[in-house]
Amino acid sequence: MLNHDILIVGGGLTGLRAAVGLCDRFNVGLISKVYPTRSHSIAAQGGLNAALTNNPDSRDDSWEKHTFDTIKGSDFLADQDAVEIMCKEAIKIVYEMEHWGCPFSRFPDGTIAQRPFGGAGYPRTCYSSDITGHVLLNTLYERAVAKGVKIYPEWFVTGLCIEEGRCHGVVVLDLARGELIPVRAGVTFFGTGGYGRVYQHSTNALINTGSGIGMAYTAGAPLKDMEFVQFHPTSLIGTNILMTEACRGEGGFLFNNQGERFMQRYVPTAMELAPRDIVSRCIQTEINEGRGFDHPLGRYIQLDLRHLGEKKILERLPGIRNICIDFIGIDPVLEPIPIMPCQHYSMGGIDVNERCVSEVRGFYAGGECSCVSVHGANRLGGNSLLETIVFGKLAAQAIGEDLAGGVPQADEKPILRLKDEVEKKIRRLTEPGRERPYRIHAELGAVMNEKVGIFRTRQELEQALETLIGLKERYRDVGVSSPARHMNYELTNALELEYMLEVSHTIILGALLREESRGAHFRTDFKTRNDGDWLKHTIARRGTDGAPVISFKNVVITRYQPVERKY
Amino acid sequence: MIRESAYTFKILRYDAKEPGSGARFSTYRIRVIPGLTVLSVLIRIRDEIDGTLAFRSSCRSAVCGSCAMVINGKIDLACRTQVAAFDTDTIILEPLPNFEVIRDLVVDMTPFWEMYEKIQPYLIRKSPDPEKEIPQSEEDRKRIDQFVNCILCACCYGACPVLAKEPGYLGPAAAAKLERFALDSRDERSAATLEIVNNEKGVWGCDTLFRCIDACPKDVRPTDAVVGLRKSLVKNRFRKMFGKANHEA
Repeated sequence: MLNHDILIVGGGLTGLRAAVGLCDRFNVGLISKVYPTRSHSIAAQGGLNAALTNNPDSRDDSWEKHTFDTIKGSDFLADQDAVEIMCKEAIKIVYEMEHWGCPFSRFPDGTIAQRPFGGAGYPRTCYSSDITGHVLLNTLYERAVAKGVKIYPEWFVTGLCIEEGRCHGVVVLDLARGELIPVRAGVTFFGTGGYGRVYQHSTNALINTGSGIGMAYTAGAPLKDMEFVQFHPTSLIGTNILMTEACRGEGGFLFNNQGERFMQRYVPTAMELAPRDIVSRCIQTEINEGRGFDHPLGRYIQLDLRHLGEKKILERLPGIRNICIDFIGIDPVLEPIPIMPCQHYSMGGIDVNERCVSEVRGFYAGGECSCVSVHGANRLGGNSLLETIVFGKLAAQAIGEDLAGGVPQADEKPILRLKDEVEKKIRRLTEPGRERPYRIHAELGAVMNEKVGIFRTRQELEQALETLIGLKERYRDVGVSSPARHMNYELTNALELEYMLEVSHTIILGALLREESRGAHFRTDFKTRNDGDWLKHTIARRGTDGAPVISFKNVVITRYQPVERKY
Repeated sequence: MIRESAYTFKILRYDAKEPGSGARFSTYRIRVIPGLTVLSVLIRIRDEIDGTLAFRSSCRSAVCGSCAMVINGKIDLACRTQVAAFDTDTIILEPLPNFEVIRDLVVDMTPFWEMYEKIQPYLIRKSPDPEKEIPQSEEDRKRIDQFVNCILCACCYGACPVLAKEPGYLGPAAAAKLERFALDSRDERSAATLEIVNNEKGVWGCDTLFRCIDACPKDVRPTDAVVGLRKSLVKNRFRKMFGKANHEA
């Protein structure tokens, strides 16, 4: 049986940073279902926040101000001790990434360039034009290569082995060979990303199914705050490719079909740079009230960059320009970009603390698949890339400390039992079934979109729950076309679909129970924040009947008492 | 309403686990709306018509480099190629050349990554790290820009005529990655680290036919890297001859 001291699942920023931090002292293996540079971290555009004070307008910025902006942005649901740690670490990790070769854009004085982003009091978002995720992921992959991290690309994890409150490892499908491989590990760390693809409209990569979150949950690890789903204000109509917040950070405007910069009616001070939850609701309201533009692919609002001029667009937003030309035949230098809000980020995830430790011994998680929580009810732009690297680093430190007394030997037997289960599951899926996986996936995406979206009501959430339970029933009849196991993407899709349904179940139930509006969770039947009843985290555990059982956890408040969130 | 048009997709199929069955084309007829990409049609074919079809995909926005293939004779990313981009309603898809096929449009990328790892694709520093950032001027940052943009999709590798004859050749992407660091004002690699490409299987093997530049979906010019590396190697040789050898080399 393959054995590692530490097994890292996920080749994005979090997983790579954790691996780089541990590989000198431990026998580390990193498993990724794609080549690591294909991970979704690559698609992040705008930048990451750190109070470097390089921008002439940010000379009196500080990590404390970054902390406050993040907590306010979170609508006071973030754990304040964790946010402090992240914002303090931010400065160190940006310099560290730079020392490792990250090609940040520069100011004329040779320092790392910083731009304004939504919900931030100062321009503190460090960037590399509009490909910041690309340069960070490449830099960390390069670092992993330099340090000789053992990477298993195109290995697909099919199940997490937890027995009696202890994690023993995983069972993997090697996609090229089509073989099931049990992997034993003293510690298993998940950096498996978000669940965007449970929504029909998402900016996320096709690989962002949230299967890591669902796998941890079904194996027995609790999830936290799953009802908080970020909808990004500006995705390209049709394909829903992300149009970075930097478009507005660099000065872009939003217009409705009356030619009105409508944000002045909603948030006259912050305008287009209000936090994402607010801007998305404003855009959706404009569209719902008939002030959007019509397009065969849906209704949209205009994101106008033309007044920035060709030079600035080519310099700061060249990737955005190329995407618009390639995918919708529009040059933003000459025409406004048609955009709509859509799912973008998973605030909730595997319940961990600020050391990335879960409730399960030997199991850790970080990055988007986890919920520390540093984003609370709404994440600020530029804090996601930050979280991935900071908590990859902190997880490595925590694991190193926890293993200082020796690496626990994981038990082989539970992993072999899990392998048998996976074997059975695959055999069942490769028998002819009545249901094709894509149909269930499509119906799931549609119901999440329509009934668990930007605006929510009890009635619609109840309908969504009913649909979801029906889809779970139908999943039992899923079958794929071929019993071949190598590069059988229909099979891996079917395996992931089970976890997507589980994840969606926790999102819907959390949203149904939380009878208030906070951050990205907006109930039109409970329009205000209710700190008396709901200033608490939602914890979802899988019950014996397969439905989530919800409990609650206190929010950690240190310095900032919750106040009304105004911009 | 958007009107749908009928397209014929011919896709080269092969399974390395069943070499006996050989390579063959599968033909699919499908109605699609204009503006749809080749990747979205591939997904529809796999979902609705033929679940056995194998191809890679991830970002669907031309940034992750998963879906390079040959589309009507041209190497490109399936995700950024519009079905309506051709003057024909027949689209022929083949796997990326210069690689072994694993299954259908999925090729074995191992040689590509091995070459990438060989050239030491990371920033090498000898000076101690400063407390803050290592300063870099906007001009110096701009110098590496095109090479930084590389998404490692291997379109260039598939298009390279030298690799077609000489599988041990460095290839365009690895050259571009090496030049990205050699040109970086912060990099302190010794002249000796470039020696690994100072041979016929390295930068001297390039026939400068510019196919890699044509194939690159991100406007990287790997041939610029090859030429740049050749110049550095010649300069290093002269330095050595005239006794100005880099002592760290």
